[in-house]
Amino acid sequence: MRYLPKSDSERLEMLKACGLSSLDDLVAHLPPEVLQKQALELPPGQSEYEIMDYFRARGERMADGYASFLGGGVYRHFRPVLADVVVSRSEFLTSYTPYQAEISQGTLMTIFEFQTMICQLTGMEVANASMYDGSTAVPEAALMAARITRRERILVARGVHPEYRDVLKSSVKYQDLPVVEFGFDPESGEIDLADLASKLDDTVAAVIIQSPNYFGVVENTKAAAALAHQHGALLVSVFTEAVSLGLLTPPAEADIVAGELQSFAISPSYGGPFAGVIATKMAHIRQMPGRIVGQTTDLNGNRAFCLTLSTREQHIRREKATSNICTNQALIALMATVFMAVYGKQGLRELTSQNLAKAHYLAEGLDRRFSGPFFNEFVVRCGSPEALNTALLGEKIIGGIPLGRYYPELADCMLLCATEMSRRDEMDTLKRACASQSEGMLANSRV
Amino acid sequence: MSNYPASFRYTKEHEWVLVEGDTGTVGITDHAQSELGDIVYVDLPQVGSTMAQGETFGSVESVKAVSDLYAPVSGDVTAINDALAKAPEKLNSDPHGEAWLVKVKLTHPDEIQHLLSAEEYQSYIEG
Amino acid sequence: MVSKVTSHLSQNEPLLFERSSPGKKGYQLPSLDVPAVDPVSALGAENVRGEVAGFPEVSEVETIRHFTRLSTWNYAIDLGLYPLGSCTMKYNPRVNEAAARVDGLAWGHPYQPESLAQGAMEIMAVLERYLAEITGMDAVTLQPAAGAHGEFTGILLMRACLEARGDARASILVPDSSHGTNPATARMCGYEVVNVKSTSRGLVDMEHFRGLLNPSVAGIMITNPNTLGLFEENITEITRLLHENGSLVYMDGANMNALAGISRPGDFGVDVMHLNLHKTFSTPHGGGGPGAGPVAVKRLLEPYLPAPRIVQEDGTYRYNYDLPESIGKVRAFYGNFGVFVRALAYILAHGSGLRNATLDALLNANYLRAGIEAHYTLPYQDRSLHEVVFSDSIQAKNGVKTGDIAKRLIDYGFHPYTTSFPLIVPGAMMIEPTETEGKQELDFFIEAMASIAREARENPELVLNAPHSTRVRRVDEVTAARKPIVRWEASS
Repeated sequence: MRYLPKSDSERLEMLKACGLSSLDDLVAHLPPEVLQKQALELPPGQSEYEIMDYFRARGERMADGYASFLGGGVYRHFRPVLADVVVSRSEFLTSYTPYQAEISQGTLMTIFEFQTMICQLTGMEVANASMYDGSTAVPEAALMAARITRRERILVARGVHPEYRDVLKSSVKYQDLPVVEFGFDPESGEIDLADLASKLDDTVAAVIIQSPNYFGVVENTKAAAALAHQHGALLVSVFTEAVSLGLLTPPAEADIVAGELQSFAISPSYGGPFAGVIATKMAHIRQMPGRIVGQTTDLNGNRAFCLTLSTREQHIRREKATSNICTNQALIALMATVFMAVYGKQGLRELTSQNLAKAHYLAEGLDRRFSGPFFNEFVVRCGSPEALNTALLGEKIIGGIPLGRYYPELADCMLLCATEMSRRDEMDTLKRACASQSEGMLANSRV
Repeated sequence: MSNYPASFRYTKEHEWVLVEGDTGTVGITDHAQSELGDIVYVDLPQVGSTMAQGETFGSVESVKAVSDLYAPVSGDVTAINDALAKAPEKLNSDPHGEAWLVKVKLTHPDEIQHLLSAEEYQSYIEG
Repeated sequence: MVSKVTSHLSQNEPLLFERSSPGKKGYQLPSLDVPAVDPVSALGAENVRGEVAGFPEVSEVETIRHFTRLSTWNYAIDLGLYPLGSCTMKYNPRVNEAAARVDGLAWGHPYQPESLAQGAMEIMAVLERYLAEITGMDAVTLQPAAGAHGEFTGILLMRACLEARGDARASILVPDSSHGTNPATARMCGYEVVNVKSTSRGLVDMEHFRGLLNPSVAGIMITNPNTLGLFEENITEITRLLHENGSLVYMDGANMNALAGISRPGDFGVDVMHLNLHKTFSTPHGGGGPGAGPVAVKRLLEPYLPAPRIVQEDGTYRYNYDLPESIGKVRAFYGNFGVFVRALAYILAHGSGLRNATLDALLNANYLRAGIEAHYTLPYQDRSLHEVVFSDSIQAKNGVKTGDIAKRLIDYGFHPYTTSFPLIVPGAMMIEPTETEGKQELDFFIEAMASIAREARENPELVLNAPHSTRVRRVDEVTAARKPIVRWEASS
């Protein structure tokens, strides 16, 4: 087998050094009842050519060649070639968590740069070295808020990604941290501040909002923060579309920012691996989960980096740890770091301008459901989203996300997203299909 | 050899308490700081909270270890040593003096009878 | 001062921010094919930020040099043996990377219609089936993002099952040799942690274990082989007693690299376990992640698995969200799909020959053990499986501790082993070579360990001040923790 770098004669020599005569002797001491009697029912080992054929064939049974207007937490953005080039370096790809600082300065320094850029984008003072993804960062942020405030209730906006809310609920279920939802304004799509106010009291640890929210609407973070702070609760601001951070006012009034960086050169990859992140104020650093890299010096007084504040983590604190998180998404966070370096100050701004322009071009003439300001996603009323999507597939276009599953009151709506990758002709086709669908509906309703 | 003040009382978990009137000043022993190594952080209770003898009231951290602090006496916390937040290294340099942790108003003053004298503590750590 | 102070291969490199200069850029976008939109009028002035202060401004050339230079400051599997015990640092086959980048898969959106996702769904369904076969379990969820996340999911499943029986129970038994994630996970699921002692042979103390069994015990989280690299010889007795007690058995699958093709947890009484695809199944660690932590269960826990589940009907795959007893979602979408592709590519490469990889992993560990045994204390003498744990007790007499020996290994061109774990071994040195090391590399390592043992005896200072050959010397972690500097600032 090509991944096993030994000859049979070497094996024999090594067995001999161990005082054994055959490979089976290595497991002869196991209780006989646990030894597997039959060979694994797996196909015979394959060459790399067969393996590539296998995956290419599966790749062909996907949506290659289709235009897509799907967003909802996973966005189609151009991926600078450098992102893959850098993460393919053996030294990044095949290294472990940088516990041994002297031979991990490469990874440590890139994480330090990552933490810095996340702070610059979010208006926070410290960011961790990444979480699994945005959805799992949210319960971690909620738990963090509960530790800081020593309070026991979480309020979450219905405008937060529905899957994130599902993850939040199942993750904190046994932590004595009930989760209560509050609504959105049916006109604007923004959080319903009155509903939030009515549910806030001095038992609430955190108010969780998302901006732009699941409907693509930019939230009034300032107002939500003021309301939360009035009651001594923390504001957790979630983002799923990281590119928006380059244009929108940073959520500096929030106490904790939790987000997903997939938009930063990370392949959609059918839902993962992505990279989440938590950022916060320095005052809360010791309650933040996940790894953190700090700057220090070495014996010779030269600048060096190392993992720091690790006493928060499970391998030291065991059952008293801030979280059981161990693995993070370092390599994916590195892609995001490369993305931020490649685009930089000017490029990120231009990228956001293109997204804004494309999405507003797409929205023009469509029946937008909400009046609130939007970046690159918005909700349209379209009668039957399923029927429209089916019609669009005929044009090799994947339409939007039907909202009925999570928002029964929006069953006639879909969520559409346009990015810098959306072409004008594809958008025109989608607009025509929308128009003909609503004409059709109109005709039907007259019958 | 370390100098353990005779006026202090000690726990087997390596805290000390100095009782003056109805107030107890609490800290960790020189032995504790030397076992922990470089101390980087101290987590202390809030003023106004209560602590009970034998129960944890905070923790001290070195780079790779966390140790719980156990209350040598029961009482209400009247003061905490804020200076340690900015300069935890004082716990290494002056654990019996400048780096006291908390002051408490004793609720069960007779508890100190269960604690070790300086001599007993010294022989405990040497044993 | 001359800024080029070191050799080309370890060139000094400033932070991106220190390389920046206004107006430099490394990108170019296609020109816009729709009318531009004024942000302030579209969003309102209050919603539009100014420039991102401090954000980098570097050219493409500088960017690639920056990251390439930084890469040369890292150790990596591709440079040599990476014997971190419990981490299973094996070769990461490059065909796996190519497979994960196949366009249709890499650009797959999790919400694209099922009819246009059959390829991805088949990959997941096949991987689930293979993992069930390898573990001897009945059903698998791929959703958890990493090992600890899998543990969390597994204990949630246990709890849901026990709750359905009417009593979630109060505590979980955890052997004292366990990974720190185990007790942390039990707490997150609302359980008290009860430690189980180990015997002088490093195995679960059966007498202590029996004494802990009572109706409040929800189950055990057991690692097998344990973190000493030893097979729990009483495992069938342990699982039988727990089941008689109405408790469930969780197995931490971190050490599955010792068992694949040899022994199946499902056959020795395990009810639920996780797998680390980034250990046993060769997906790259990438400096800390991504991983994936699928959870495999017996039939009795299947109804509680996270939603959605993939089902196949008439040759077509679809998602089933109609799972009334499910614990819900533990991660958005379906998990770390890109990692699944790599793991499946690995399984396809070995196929039914996976057993040979396992045997080679055991052979390598035992060979290292035999080579090093003369120089270091071996506190637990039973035959090792995939890893071996030594103690620094001989060297500690000269003031040389496990951490120092580890640092000295760097000078010999190796990544250190895992230090100070498991906690039950004072001065632990935990070594796991994996199957992807050849005899020559192992011999170099044995030589290095013998040589360091000699140095610890004859010249302890040399070891205590190691490493000597790295571009940075020992790092001041104390100041880093006392006065955290966690981001670059213009003034700094």
